[in-house]
Amino acid sequence: MDAFTPLLASGLEGLFPRGILPYLVGGVLVGLGATIIYLSTGIIAGASTFLESTLSYVSGVERFNRYKYVQSRDWRVVFTLGIIAGAALWGFVLAPDPSAWTTDVQWWRLLGGGVLVGIGTRLGKGCTSGHGVCGVGSLSETSLVNVATFMAFAIGTAQLVAALGVSP
Amino acid sequence: MSDQQSPWFMPAIFVGGLVFGLGLAISGMARPEVVLDFLQFDDFGLLFVMGGAAVVTGLAFFVATTVLDRAPLTGTAYARRVKEFDRNVVVGGVIFGVGWGLSGICPGAAYASVGIGNLPILWAIAGMFLGAYAQGYVRSRLANTAN
Repeated sequence: MDAFTPLLASGLEGLFPRGILPYLVGGVLVGLGATIIYLSTGIIAGASTFLESTLSYVSGVERFNRYKYVQSRDWRVVFTLGIIAGAALWGFVLAPDPSAWTTDVQWWRLLGGGVLVGIGTRLGKGCTSGHGVCGVGSLSETSLVNVATFMAFAIGTAQLVAALGVSP
Repeated sequence: MSDQQSPWFMPAIFVGGLVFGLGLAISGMARPEVVLDFLQFDDFGLLFVMGGAAVVTGLAFFVATTVLDRAPLTGTAYARRVKEFDRNVVVGGVIFGVGWGLSGICPGAAYASVGIGNLPILWAIAGMFLGAYAQGYVRSRLANTAN
């Protein structure tokens, strides 16, 4: 085994500079979180519906006040608070170096990208969790098409941004 | 979708969210830089996040829809996530993809990013609400004009 370690490492290190384990463990936990909600309540949780259902608290626009949004808006807030709490549990308690972490991505990219994410996920009926995790896990053709589409355009956009010399 | 009937409903949602957020933080998806590294082909680890998560939920969907009957806390019958396909699925996917590639952030990961103390992510969350509001406003207006 020891003889193979450098061989394996040299091949994989290029593709996985941070290793594979945190990704796999994290992914399994994301799936497990969705599974806990699904098995106990039958609800297929997505993260982006929260954007519209929460707007129904403050906006009279018809779309946000559809029955399924108003009826689910409370638990969606709880779901989101749970996500924040779980991430905080890792970042401030369980992580090897517990501390706050701040991104170097420019504010205008976060804001502009955020606007497009807000439009695109709601127009396309889901995001990385609804389509990407639950939809793909359901082998839904709609979700597979959506994921292939957003993956391709995200990769293209990120490569273009990098090529233009914008970093990180 | 169903009404909550059990006192355990909200706790179950919260615990599910907690584990979900823990996974987003451990995997690095709560950090836009990690996502951008994937999209720029510098680190393919994200494949294991989405893959690992989809396999786990896929198993749950399969077992629940074939062996189990109804969810204990709500009485909801188990179903797969199948949404109707239309043009918006592709158009939305394109717009979301460009936004994700520009910012390295998606909704669930953005909420998790707040949890790891990343305050600048509030720009992204404000943007998401703005975008969600804009499309809802326009679509409601269009629906009214059509009627």
